Amino acid sequence: MGIDRRTLLAAAAAASLPLSRAGAQTPTLKIGCLTDLSGPYKDLAGPVAVSCVHQALEDFGISGKAIKVEVVSADHQNKPDVGAGIAGQWFDRDGVDIILEVANSGVALAVAGVAKAKNKVYINSGAATSDLTGSGCNANTIHWAYDTYMLAKSTGGALARAGGDSWFFITADYAFGKALQRDTTGFITEAGGKVAGSIAYPFPGTTDFSSLLLQAQSSGAKVLGLANAGTDTINSIKQANEFGLKMKIAGLLLFISDVHSIGLQVAQGINVTDSFYWDMNDRSRAFSERLKPKAPGVRPTMVHAGVYSSTLHYLKAAAAMGVAQIKADGAATVAQLKKMPTDDDCFGPGSIREDGRKIHPSYLWEIKKPGESKGPWDYYKAVANTPADQAFRPLNQGGCPMVKA
Amino acid sequence: MFMILGYPAPLMFGQLLLGLINGAFYALLSLGLAIIFGMLRIINFAHGALFMLGAFVAWGMLQYGGIGYWPALIVAPIIVGAFGVFLERTMIRHLYKLDHLYGLLLTFGLAEIIEGLARNQFGSSGMPYAIPAALQGAVNLGFMFLPIYRGWVVIAAVVVCLVTWIAIERTSLGATLRAATENAPLVQAFGVNVPRLITLTYGAGVALAAFGGVLAAPIYSVNPNMGSNFIIVVFAVVVIGGMGSILGSIVTGFGLGVVEGLTKVFYPQASATVIFVVMVIVLLARPAGLFGKAT
Repeated sequence: MGIDRRTLLAAAAAASLPLSRAGAQTPTLKIGCLTDLSGPYKDLAGPVAVSCVHQALEDFGISGKAIKVEVVSADHQNKPDVGAGIAGQWFDRDGVDIILEVANSGVALAVAGVAKAKNKVYINSGAATSDLTGSGCNANTIHWAYDTYMLAKSTGGALARAGGDSWFFITADYAFGKALQRDTTGFITEAGGKVAGSIAYPFPGTTDFSSLLLQAQSSGAKVLGLANAGTDTINSIKQANEFGLKMKIAGLLLFISDVHSIGLQVAQGINVTDSFYWDMNDRSRAFSERLKPKAPGVRPTMVHAGVYSSTLHYLKAAAAMGVAQIKADGAATVAQLKKMPTDDDCFGPGSIREDGRKIHPSYLWEIKKPGESKGPWDYYKAVANTPADQAFRPLNQGGCPMVKA
Repeated sequence: MFMILGYPAPLMFGQLLLGLINGAFYALLSLGLAIIFGMLRIINFAHGALFMLGAFVAWGMLQYGGIGYWPALIVAPIIVGAFGVFLERTMIRHLYKLDHLYGLLLTFGLAEIIEGLARNQFGSSGMPYAIPAALQGAVNLGFMFLPIYRGWVVIAAVVVCLVTWIAIERTSLGATLRAATENAPLVQAFGVNVPRLITLTYGAGVALAAFGGVLAAPIYSVNPNMGSNFIIVVFAVVVIGGMGSILGSIVTGFGLGVVEGLTKVFYPQASATVIFVVMVIVLLARPAGLFGKAT
């Protein structure tokens, strides 16, 4: 992988040589991919997210255009202070114009503040918190792939309507888990269901969920809501299977990389919501095939797709506004991004709302049985979808100060 | 329904049993740490990473060699133990004359390197590892549904802990070992190769960690961080039991597993903290630990 990227960079450098004379007049656009390169979200974002930036440059045909782009990446280590520090340094010292990705809600909110203070562009794809376009919204931030509201509405609403009228939550005891439980509870009660109980467990540092699962079982609820992510969700599902839990499991935030790790034998039948699945249509398959040489052995998650899609949209805006213009004013760039309709292989046609929320449909999937799967990464079958205009929280309910009724 | 402290009795019995199961892992890991500290005076911070390595070796044997769980349970600890011997021969032995702190720093660094390499190679979400066919399924105990595999974990851990304890406290080899830690030059004068004894002790302690790793592989996600999740708790167990005390680490491991399990019923948010609360109380009341000898 390292070699691949190096060869790629060398090729990119070689390709941009003829432009470097022109570069003396045209300043270079600098894209920073701030992600988790070593921690729990490395697989769902991480190095493949950086590859997706490069894929977008390639698909945009950057070598044939009079724009010069440089890509940098860094590891935020899931620490808001580290993430905000890198963002500040990138904007102030290294001339970075846009920050992409940023999985982890805590880091994501911190970086949004920095982008606003420095008047740069920030498009988040990896974080879940819907506060990025709610109380924490600003004129420099766009939230691309998904959020807690979208997950809660699709998974929670669908299961509640399908007869799952009593729930028990196992919740990671921090902002993200609590937000996800709160949002999902709203849709359960709306559909006439009730929450029989919930347990908040310490995050991080919990590996054994068996005693929590036992309590969930004895509550008599029909659905187990997992308001957690990453390894915690993987361990919860594995252990629920081991203890023969007789409840329908709702993985409220489960990425395809997690499913790959759990294996279909254990994960089968679980409902998940994703705004992107690599095998959902011809365009998504074409994108995944193009990405293959840069990310061998894996298929992209919706976070990866979001990074690709947002990079592409940004490059289109750069072509429309001109590099000098786009470098000068982050808020004006974001305004331009919101004005232009979006369209790409991952999410199809879409738009960006005034609160910074990228709008596209969300899809409810069911994880296939081992017999139904044709091989690795063939994991999802479609159950339902929510159209773009209903998938996300209504504009006037988010509490974003930029939205004036 | 029969109630205990306001909770249904079946729930409480279930939690007690689950606590014992988790305690089995604590006991296995802290036992290895206690042996290594007792003999080498090295605080082996790499223990969690070697535990993880045990799980990964088992996974690799299945993935690349088609070798299943049962052979892996024996072979993976041997492979990882041999790796431990290599670490001891090439690096750790140079630190015996220095302060404990140097050993801790070295093994901490080793742990970071091993985990970093694993993360780079295998990613962070982990690998699937199935429960062996013979141990699949569960039995209904009336008060809870006990997966057969979990029962096996407790039995295997108890047997291994007992065998280790007997080997150290009741055999002539164990007597030589204990003598060597008391007075190495004297034991060497009797013709015993003490450096080799120490090397093998480290290898055995590491093998115990790897054995725990293989046991854990079907339950927890086989991922590069699985050891670091355990290691801090296990160090607390060792401190509470008394540094270097074999029996102390076994009893405390199981006991704290139960304490943690019960906390998950009464106040789940504190379940990660309760062990450290116990540690503070024990350190204040008995600084050498529950089973440790004051020196």
